Amino acid sequence: MRYELRFSGAGGQGLITAGIIMAKAASIYEGIQAVQSQSYGPEARGGASKSEVIISDGPIDYPKVTKCDALLAMTQEACDKYSHDLKEGGVLLTDSEFVPRTPEGNFKRVAFPIMRTAKFDVGREIVANIVALGAMVALTGKVSKENAEKAVLASVPEAFLELNKKAFSMGYEKAMEAQK
Amino acid sequence: MSYDYEKWIRPGKLPHIWCPGCGHGIVMKGLIRAFDTLGFKKENTCIVSGIGCASRLPGYIDCCTLHTAHGRAAAFATGVKMARPEMDVICVGGDGDGCAIGGNHFIHMCRRNIDMTYIVMNNKIYGMTGGQFSSSTPTGAKASTTPYGNPDPAFDIAKLAIGAGATFVARGTAFHATQIDKLIVEAVQHKGMSVVEILDDCPTTYGRRNKFKSVVEMMNNLKETTVPVKAAEKMTPEQLQGKVLTGVLYKEEGRSDYTTEYAKVIERAQAAKK
Amino acid sequence: MSKKVAFLQGNEAAAHGAIYAGCTFFAGYPITPSTEIAEVCSVELPKVGGKFIQMEDEIGAMSAVLGASLAGAKALTATSGPGLSLKQEIIGYGCIAEIPVVIIDIMRGGPSTGMPTGPSQSDIMAAKWGTHGDHPAICLVPASVQEIFDETVRAFNLAEKYRTPVMVMPDEIVGHMRERIVFPEPGEIPVIDRTAPSVPPEKYKPYDTSFGDIPPLAAFGSGYKFHVTGLNKMEDGFPTTKAPIVQAEEERQVRKVEANKADIMKWEEYMVDDAEIVVVAFGSTSRSARFAVNAAREQGIKAGLFRLITFWPFPEERMLEISKKVKAFITPEMNLGQCNGVVRGCIEGNAPVYGIYHVDGEPVNPEEILKKMKEVK
Repeated sequence: MRYELRFSGAGGQGLITAGIIMAKAASIYEGIQAVQSQSYGPEARGGASKSEVIISDGPIDYPKVTKCDALLAMTQEACDKYSHDLKEGGVLLTDSEFVPRTPEGNFKRVAFPIMRTAKFDVGREIVANIVALGAMVALTGKVSKENAEKAVLASVPEAFLELNKKAFSMGYEKAMEAQK
Repeated sequence: MSYDYEKWIRPGKLPHIWCPGCGHGIVMKGLIRAFDTLGFKKENTCIVSGIGCASRLPGYIDCCTLHTAHGRAAAFATGVKMARPEMDVICVGGDGDGCAIGGNHFIHMCRRNIDMTYIVMNNKIYGMTGGQFSSSTPTGAKASTTPYGNPDPAFDIAKLAIGAGATFVARGTAFHATQIDKLIVEAVQHKGMSVVEILDDCPTTYGRRNKFKSVVEMMNNLKETTVPVKAAEKMTPEQLQGKVLTGVLYKEEGRSDYTTEYAKVIERAQAAKK
Repeated sequence: MSKKVAFLQGNEAAAHGAIYAGCTFFAGYPITPSTEIAEVCSVELPKVGGKFIQMEDEIGAMSAVLGASLAGAKALTATSGPGLSLKQEIIGYGCIAEIPVVIIDIMRGGPSTGMPTGPSQSDIMAAKWGTHGDHPAICLVPASVQEIFDETVRAFNLAEKYRTPVMVMPDEIVGHMRERIVFPEPGEIPVIDRTAPSVPPEKYKPYDTSFGDIPPLAAFGSGYKFHVTGLNKMEDGFPTTKAPIVQAEEERQVRKVEANKADIMKWEEYMVDDAEIVVVAFGSTSRSARFAVNAAREQGIKAGLFRLITFWPFPEERMLEISKKVKAFITPEMNLGQCNGVVRGCIEGNAPVYGIYHVDGEPVNPEEILKKMKEVK
C-alpha cells in the first residue's frame, strides 16, 4: 500500500532533512520502498518549503503526493498552502504555537509546541525537525521507532548524536502522549 | 647559432595562410627557436589556439596541436594541462580571440597561475574577418567597423595579465625577433602562468586603413613606439610619452602553480579517506 | 558479501555513476538544479586521483572537458538549461572533432532563466538541434535514482565507444529526488574504454577510417602527436574544403550513431502488447504515466506505457509498428509538445497523438493522464 507524507514549514527548518531521514528509515532500515522529493523556492532561509515522502511495500511510480496521508506543518503559511489534499482520516501534526488555524475536516489532529520542545526540553532549537520527525514516526507507524532512530543517527554529524537522539525520543513521546 | 626549423615544421603544411608583411611568422619562428633551444619533445608539447589568423599557427608545428573554437584556447588548454600536468602547454592566438571573446578564460587562466604560456599576437585588429576593430585597437583608429574612428579605448593586454594574476608577463614586438626568442624561452621555463604579448602588425587590414604606406613603415613604427624596460628607467616622463614598454614587465617567483596545488588537494582527499 | 546500498539523490547518483565508469575529470560551473553533481565530484574525484575544476563559466567548463578528454581522461560536465545553451557551440566542436565526453543536463524550466528550481523536460530538442550544423546526437533520459547511475555509466560507454559527446538529461524531479540505490560491484556493469590506436605514432591519423566508421583516438601526452580542429577535416586531422571529403566526413559522423541505433536505443514497454492507448513518456513523467496505466487497467481501459530510456536516437521504427495497432497515443511532458512532435513524425498518421503539457513547474499528475485516457478512449 502506498502511504504519502508531507513535511512542511519554513525554509531552513530542516524539513527536507526530516523527510530524507523518514524515507531512509523505510527504504534502508525497514526494507520497504520509499521515495523522497522536495520543492523549494529561491530562498535558502524562509519561504514555504516542503519535503514529500512516499512509502510503499511495492514499487513506487509517481514520486509526489497524490492524496496526503500525513502532514506536518510547522508554520501557518505551510499549513495554509499544503493542507488542501490531506486525506479524510489522515494525520495532521502542527506546531501549536505557530499554527493557530488548522483546516476543517476529519483528521487525526495532534498539536504540541514543537519549536519550544526543541529549544527548552532538548536544548537546541535547531533540532526541531528531529523532534517533529519523532512525532511523525509515532503518529504514522510506518516505520519502527528503532529503525527511525537508526536512520537519524546515520544522518546527523557525530558530535550531535546524543542531541538528536534526545530530540527524536522527545518528539516520539510527546506525540504518543498527545494521542492519548 | 643555427636552429632545426625543419624538425618542427610539419611536412607539406607550408605555405602558411599569412599575408606578406604579417608578423605571425616571425613569432612562429621564435617559438620554434625556443623549442629547439630548450630541447622540447614534440610528443610532450601541446600548442592550443582559438580562431583567427594567429590561431592557425599550431597547424604548422609538428607536435600535439589543438585548434579550438573562437576564444576558448585557454579553457581547452586548462583541461589538457589538468589531465596531463607533465605536458608543456602553450596557447597562441590573436588579441581579439584571447582578450575579447576569450577574455574571461584569459583572466581566469592568469588568476589560477596554471603552469602554461599564452602568446598573444596583438595586431590590434580582427584580420581574418577583414579588419574589424578589436579590444586592443587604439582609440581613433580606423577599422571596417569604425569608419569614423574607434570610440573604444584599448586594453593593455600585459597589464590585464598582471592584474589578473599571471606570474610572468612580458612584451615584445614582431620587429625585435631576437628579443622574442629570449622572452619565449624565459616564459615557457617559468613555473606558473606566463603571458607574452607580441606587438604585431596587419598590413592588409590595419595598415592600409591607418595611413601606413608600407610594411616597412609598420615595422618601423613597432620599433619607434617601443622602449625596453631597462632603457625606460633612465628616461624622463616626457621622453616616455607615447612609448610602450617591452621586455619582462612582471615576474613573481615562488607562488605555487595550479596543478601543483591540485596535487595537494588529491593528497588531502586521499589522506582524509584513510 | 552484501552489496553497498545507499539512499541517494539522483544528482549524487550521477556523480557516483561517472566515477564507476572511470571518469577522472570534471569541469563545471554552478547552476541550479545540477550543482550537487559538481559538489559530489569535488569530494569524490580527488579521492580516486581524479581532478575537479570549477571553471569561470559554462563555455569554459565545456572546453576544459574536451581538452581533458583529448589528453586521455574520461571527462564529465554537468549543467542545466541556460548552461546547456551556452555550451552548445563547444558541444558541436566535440561532435566534429569526435571527442568522447558526457554532459549531464538536469532539466529546469526555460527559456532563459525560466524557473531555476522548477522541473521541466524542455531541453529535448536542444539535445539534438542545439548546436548548429548536422551532427550525431545521443541523449539518455533516466527516470529513477538507480537509473541515473546506470545510464551515466552507459553514457560514458557510448561516448567512448562511438567517440562522440553523449548527453544524460534527467528532469529536475529525477535529479533531486532520493531513492535507495544498490551500487554495482566493480565489473558488474561493463565499462568501455576508447579504442586505442593499433598503429605506431608515426603512422597514426586521428580520423583514420580504415578500421571502420569510428577511428581510434590517441591521447595527447601518450607518445602520439596529431592535430585537432573544429574545421571540416581530413583523416589526418588537418582542415580541408574539398567537397567530397567534407561530405563523406559529415555523413560518417552522423552515420556512426545512426548505423548503431540498435545498440544505443533503449526503452521499456509496459502493457503495450494489447494496449489501445499507449502513453509515450520519459523521466519523471513516465512514473506518472505508469501510475496512470495501472489505474486505467483497473478500470478496464487498455492502456500501456512506452518509456523512453534513450531519447536520441529515437525508436522510430518501433513507434511506427505500435501505431498500426493502437487507437491513440498520449504524450505527457513538461514542455509544450516536443516529444509529441517526434512521435507524430514517425507514425505516418496512423493514430492521433494527444499531448498533456506542463510548463508551469508542476509535474504531470497521474490523474491528468487518466482523465485524458478516458477522453480519448
